[in-house]
Amino acid sequence: MMSPQSILRVVSKLLIPPILLFALYVQFHGDFGPGGGFQAGVIFASAFILYALVFGIETARKVAPAWLTRLMLAGGLLLYAGVGVVAMIMGGDYLDYSALRADPVAGQHLGILLIEFGVGTTVAGAMISIFLIFDGRGREQES
Amino acid sequence: MVVTAYTLVRIRSLFAVAMLSGIYSLVGASLYLVMDAVDVAFTEAAVGAGISTVLMLGTLSLTTRMEKVPKKVSPLPLVIVTVTGALLIYASLDMPYYGDPSAPIHHNVSIRYVEKSGEEIGVPNIVTSILASYRGYDTLGETSVIFTAAIGVMALIGRSRRRKKLSDQDGEDA
Repeated sequence: MMSPQSILRVVSKLLIPPILLFALYVQFHGDFGPGGGFQAGVIFASAFILYALVFGIETARKVAPAWLTRLMLAGGLLLYAGVGVVAMIMGGDYLDYSALRADPVAGQHLGILLIEFGVGTTVAGAMISIFLIFDGRGREQES
Repeated sequence: MVVTAYTLVRIRSLFAVAMLSGIYSLVGASLYLVMDAVDVAFTEAAVGAGISTVLMLGTLSLTTRMEKVPKKVSPLPLVIVTVTGALLIYASLDMPYYGDPSAPIHHNVSIRYVEKSGEEIGVPNIVTSILASYRGYDTLGETSVIFTAAIGVMALIGRSRRRKKLSDQDGEDA
């Protein structure tokens, strides 16, 4: 089973887990170092796009079906807006994270963590679904 | 950067154009890094050099590889570009020098951010605290822009595919 792409496959198999791990690191370490939801989402999506390029679009679609990327797309934004609403219910202003916890600083931490996660999810979902749509259209015209 | 931009304009092979624009973004990212804007450099490297190159290649696979050579050269775009460029350069003459401590941007709200962010937010990266907390509304807006963009692509390209399938089925029925 030596396909001409075997080196590409092995190398990308080695690369994808560190890329995903790095995306999560950028996501949750954005408080301390450079990075945050936007960058993490893009890095996460790029790992997925690498997978799709090497292993074929059909395999990639099985990993991330359209409903999943759409759920990520909408869910991230909903999480962001929802944090704001929860802050309002807890007695603060909209998107005032200090109200989330008894200690304002801890509340800010929690709020930033949550909304950055929302941003990352939306960005990753958007990038993956745009890529899949583009590629799916090309396939459609070939056939 | 200037060399890359000039080559970008001159070259006709769109594949090389996609690659060169990736290089252009990467050079831009290093420029941001030199100016100590690590967060911006990070985004530019990931989005500009990474994702948009892939998306451009995806578009290329849909269209053609070579740019069409226009038959006659119209002077209007050149005039517009020159005038806009001249205006931008003229405007930049009024801007304070890079790192000038008396620049207005260092005197209004940013002093408070730099001084208070440690106590109020408790997050070591000030960029994150400004982006997510002080400017929470803006970031919410940016996220919804991305959301809207993806929805737009779905509506424009994703749906026409489904329609095509439908019309194919109609054709088979008839």
